[in-house]
Amino acid sequence: MVKITYHTHDNKTHTVDVQKGLTVMEGAIQNDIPGIDADCGGGMACATCHVYVKEEWLDKLPAKEDGEEDMLDMAFEPKNNSRLSCQLIVSDELDGLEVNIPSKQG
Amino acid sequence: MNKTDVLIIGAGPTGLFCAHQLGIIGLSCEIVDNLDKAGGQCIELYPDKPIYDIPAVPECTGEELTNNLLKQIKPFNVKFHLNERVEELKKNQNRWHVKTSGGVEFDVAAIVIAGGVGSFEPRKFPVKECEKFEGNSLFYSIKDKSIFKDKTISIFGGGDSALDWAIELSNVSKVNLIHRRDGFSGAEASVQKVKELNDQGKLNLFTKYQMDSVSGDKKIESVKIKHDEGEIKEIKSDYVLGFFGLIMQLGPILDWGLNINKKTVEVNTENFETNVQGIFAIGDICSYPGKLKLILSGFHEGALAARGCFKYAKPDEKLRFEFTTTSKAAQERLGIKK
Repeated sequence: MVKITYHTHDNKTHTVDVQKGLTVMEGAIQNDIPGIDADCGGGMACATCHVYVKEEWLDKLPAKEDGEEDMLDMAFEPKNNSRLSCQLIVSDELDGLEVNIPSKQG
Repeated sequence: MNKTDVLIIGAGPTGLFCAHQLGIIGLSCEIVDNLDKAGGQCIELYPDKPIYDIPAVPECTGEELTNNLLKQIKPFNVKFHLNERVEELKKNQNRWHVKTSGGVEFDVAAIVIAGGVGSFEPRKFPVKECEKFEGNSLFYSIKDKSIFKDKTISIFGGGDSALDWAIELSNVSKVNLIHRRDGFSGAEASVQKVKELNDQGKLNLFTKYQMDSVSGDKKIESVKIKHDEGEIKEIKSDYVLGFFGLIMQLGPILDWGLNINKKTVEVNTENFETNVQGIFAIGDICSYPGKLKLILSGFHEGALAARGCFKYAKPDEKLRFEFTTTSKAAQERLGIKK
């Protein structure tokens, strides 16, 4: 298990254990953390699992695949630290990862 | 008033195959969809992406799958009502009275919701003031391009819609194209064309900018855009266009008295009926223990829901289970001549 912290838009902090191999998106869905819609179910086709990654973690994440940046164009208020949480696979390296969930997904 | 046995809401793969299953057992149906074409997420989200898990189809694209399903239901002459969203359902004795956004009305025995994750709606600007101008000087799609002649238009987005409209409107309007990064998701040829037009001064391209605010009295007069590094520019604009693709919204389905849990509708797995008798839900929109959001699951769910509809459409008849390989009735319905 790996600890992931989700900061939701209502200023609440949710730190949960997520199984290795799941995505940061699935970690949020399984733990009923609000604000991640994941309409397409993890297919990088909808941009409704958009999160802002805490700056110090940006370099530690796997690089964006083709298509993720294209989808982020569609996201609600994308920033430089935006990622699609369905593309972030939880591993030991991500233990302690913190992400902010935007005010809405679209 | 359109009278038919079953109304299917959603023309994605699940809804299309359910139409087939209804046709096979001798029930008529019509299909409503909010998009302008059949195919649902397959067409809207991934028309060119290959799908590898359709049983007996090793590989096909969303578009091919849709076309094949349309071909498969051709014998049943299913009537489609596109660009329509179902707004209202009312029980009328043993039947349902349904109304769409465009005022189309149906009298049906049963309803199958195959609505995916809801209906596709354009994604909007995060800037609050935009709402005030929507439909008068700010648009998310173009119906009448003649209004843009000799005007200044600010287009936001980096996909094909944004690029194509920027190129086209640059012939008759002063166009600003604003995008959040240097890369574009649209076709490479269009990106090159936009860059050429920018170099020739026929279009102004602003990359690494996003909308900061819009201002104007009744109509938009100017728009402020903000660079990644914080610099703000104000550009005069008569019109603002935003092309950020589509997002799915559950919409009116929420008001139909169905048990809804996390944007999905609860169903039983015997016939995929919801808590409301005569309303079924299949595909991504339904939930039950073990639900998988796969197209193949939607096909199974549609087959059972179709049979569930039978008792409402033909209460005095008994449905006999038959195979298409041997059933004369099914083959007749398919228009097979021997």
